Amino acid sequence: MNIHEYQAKEILKSFGIPVPNGCMVKSVRQAEKSVEKFGCLCVLKAQIYAGGRGKAGGIKTVQDAGQACDVAKELLKKKLVTIQTGTHGLAVKRILVEETIAIEKEFYLSITLDRRTSRYCLIASAQGGIDIEEVARTSPEKIHTLYIDPFIGVRDYHARRIALSLGLKGRLIEDCIKLVQNLYKLLLEKDCSLVEINPLVISKDQRLIAMDCKINFDDNALFRHPDYEKMIDDSQLDSLEIQAKKYDLAYIKLNGNIGCMVNGAGLAMATLDVLKEYGGEPANFLDVGGGANREKVAEAFKIILKDKKVKGIFVNIFGGIMHCDIIAQGIIDATKQISCELPIVVRMDGSRLSEGKSLLSQSGLNVETVDTLADGVAKIVQRMGKKRKVIAN
Amino acid sequence: MAILINRNSKIIVQGITGKSGLLHARQCRDYGSHIVGGVTPGKGGTTIDGFPVFDTLNEAILTTQATVTMILVPAPWAADAILEAADGGINLAVCITEGIPVRDMVVVKKYLHQNKMLLVGPNCPGVITPGECEVGIMPGTIHKKGNIGVVSRSGTLTYEVVKQLSDAGLGQSTCVGIGGDPIIGMDFIDVLKLFNEDPETKGVFIIGEIGGDAEETASQWIKENMKKPTAAYIAGLTAPAGKRMGHAGAIITGGKGLAADKIRVLSECGVTVASSPTKIAQAMMQALNKQDCNS
Repeated sequence: MNIHEYQAKEILKSFGIPVPNGCMVKSVRQAEKSVEKFGCLCVLKAQIYAGGRGKAGGIKTVQDAGQACDVAKELLKKKLVTIQTGTHGLAVKRILVEETIAIEKEFYLSITLDRRTSRYCLIASAQGGIDIEEVARTSPEKIHTLYIDPFIGVRDYHARRIALSLGLKGRLIEDCIKLVQNLYKLLLEKDCSLVEINPLVISKDQRLIAMDCKINFDDNALFRHPDYEKMIDDSQLDSLEIQAKKYDLAYIKLNGNIGCMVNGAGLAMATLDVLKEYGGEPANFLDVGGGANREKVAEAFKIILKDKKVKGIFVNIFGGIMHCDIIAQGIIDATKQISCELPIVVRMDGSRLSEGKSLLSQSGLNVETVDTLADGVAKIVQRMGKKRKVIAN
Repeated sequence: MAILINRNSKIIVQGITGKSGLLHARQCRDYGSHIVGGVTPGKGGTTIDGFPVFDTLNEAILTTQATVTMILVPAPWAADAILEAADGGINLAVCITEGIPVRDMVVVKKYLHQNKMLLVGPNCPGVITPGECEVGIMPGTIHKKGNIGVVSRSGTLTYEVVKQLSDAGLGQSTCVGIGGDPIIGMDFIDVLKLFNEDPETKGVFIIGEIGGDAEETASQWIKENMKKPTAAYIAGLTAPAGKRMGHAGAIITGGKGLAADKIRVLSECGVTVASSPTKIAQAMMQALNKQDCNS
C-alpha cells in the first residue's frame, strides 16, 4: 500500500525523525495562506502516488503568497505525468507546502526486505538525492548495506558504522545513530515494506533532516493497522481497482480489450501470457482467489463488465476447491445486474463440471465452454477477430 | 521413495476446526493421507469428524507421534503456528496460509536457521506424492503416479501444469508448491537437491514466475549439480512493471525479476523452457529426450 509524502513525513516526525516544517493543502487559497504563515522561501510539492515529480514539474519553489497562488492553481488542475505514472498521469489533488532548507550535503537512506537473505536490509549512500539504482550500477562501492538480524535489531555499533560510512562527524554521528534506529523501529511498528529517505540532508545549520520520504506498507499486515484505510487517497487509484479491493480481488487494469477472470495469481499471469501469444490484448489481470464463492465471482465479473474497453471475456478457472457450478452461477448473477452481450469463453476444470456447463448453456448468454487453456484462448481471440471484421465491413 | 512425504507419514493439522482446516483434513484423508489429528487451542479433548483435537502441538505429537504438520491457521496466528511446530520437533511443516505479514516471516525464517524442521510455504498448495499421500489443498485427481518431480511457486498454475503432464502420460513422483511469498521456507534449490537424490524421480519440472531472483539462483545450481533432465515454465512474460500481480512476491521492481531474464538464464544453464503454458508436456518430453540422446 502506497501513501503520500506528507503522510510519510508525519509518521517520521512521530518517530522523532526531523522533517521540514510543512503542511498539506487542497486548495489555492490554503496554499497562499500557508506560504504567508511560513513567511519565507517555500516549496510546493505535488502529492501523487509516484516518483519522478521534480523532473515532471511537480515540485516548485515560490517566493511569496502571490507566486504560491499561481503555482498551486497550475498544479491542482494538472494530471502529472512522470516516468513512473504511465502516459495517463495522476491527478494532483493535494500539495505539500514546506519551508525550504539551506542544504550542505545530501545522503540516501532506506530499509526494505532483501528476499535473498530474508532479512530487512538497510541501504545508505553518501550520494543522495539521485536514483539509487543508478548509483548501485555505476559505483557500487558508494553503497553501504546492513542486513539486519531480527533477533538483535540495529545496535549502536551497526548504526555508528553507517554514520561513519556517510562521512559524518561529531554530534551528527550520534544524531544519525538515533535516526537509523528510529527508522528501523518505525519500519517494524508500522509494518512497512519500504521506508526510504532520499535525500537525507545535513542543513547549513548542521541538522540531519529528511527532505523527501517514501513509505510503503506490507499489504499482508493491514489487519494490524485498521487506521491505514483512511490514509488511502482514492483520487490516485483506478476506480475499478478500488472496487476490487473492497471484495479482496487482485485486479490490475491493463490496456487491451479482453476481460479476464482467473483463479490464482500464477495461472492468471500465465493466461495473460497465452492471450498475448495468440495475438489477443488482455484488458486486466484479475485473480478471484483460490476459494472464491459465488458472490466474489459475481463481483469480479461485474468489475470486468464495467470496463468499457472490454469487448470479450475469457474465464479460466481451475477447480480444485472451487466448484464449476458456483462459478457459472456467479457469472449468471453478475449478468442479471449488468446485461452482457459480449462473447464469453469459459474454460473450467474441476468438480461439478457438467452442472456448471449446463447452467451456462441455459443462461441465454453469448457463452462458449471449452476444456483446455489453449482452446479457450484460441476461441476468444478468434471471436474477437470475427467481431472486428464485421465492423470493418 | 519420492520426497518429503509418503504413505507412512503421520500428519497433524494445525487449525483443524476452521472451515478450510477441516475441509482439507478430510480431503487429504480421503486421498489416503494418514491424518492423525489436529490442533486448535481451546478445543482440546474433543473430536471433529473422527479427528482427535489437541490444545497444543506438543500434546498432539506426544499422543500421535506425528512428524508432519499441515498449517491452515489464519494469517494473524500462522507465524506462531510455524514456530510452535519447529519448537515441538516436527520434521516437515507445510503452511498453506496466505497473507502472513513479512515482519512475522523474517523472524520465523531466522528461527528455522537454527532448527532442523523443513518448512514448505507459506502461501502454497502443499505437497503431494501421487497415489500415496497429500499434505495440501491441490485436487488429488489430476495427479498420476510417475517419475517427474514438480516444484512450483504457484498454486492453480501448478494444477494446470500437472494436468498437462498427467494427460501426456508423464506421472509425478512428488509435487511441491514452495509458495508465492517473498519469504518462504524451502526454495527451489532445497527441493531440487531432494529430487536429485531420489531414485524414483527421472526428470524435474520447475514452475516459476516474475519477481525476485530465485529462478536465476536455481539455474546456476542446476548447471553445476543437476543430474536429471529439467524443464521449466515462467509465468508473467507480459506483466507490467511495479504492480503486484496477486502474489506478494510477484512484482517487478527496478528491472529485477523480469520473466525474460529468468527464461534466458534457465536456458543458458541447460533447462528446457516451455515457450507457452500450453506446451508444458512438450517441454518436459523434449528435456527427457535430450538426456537420452546425450547418454
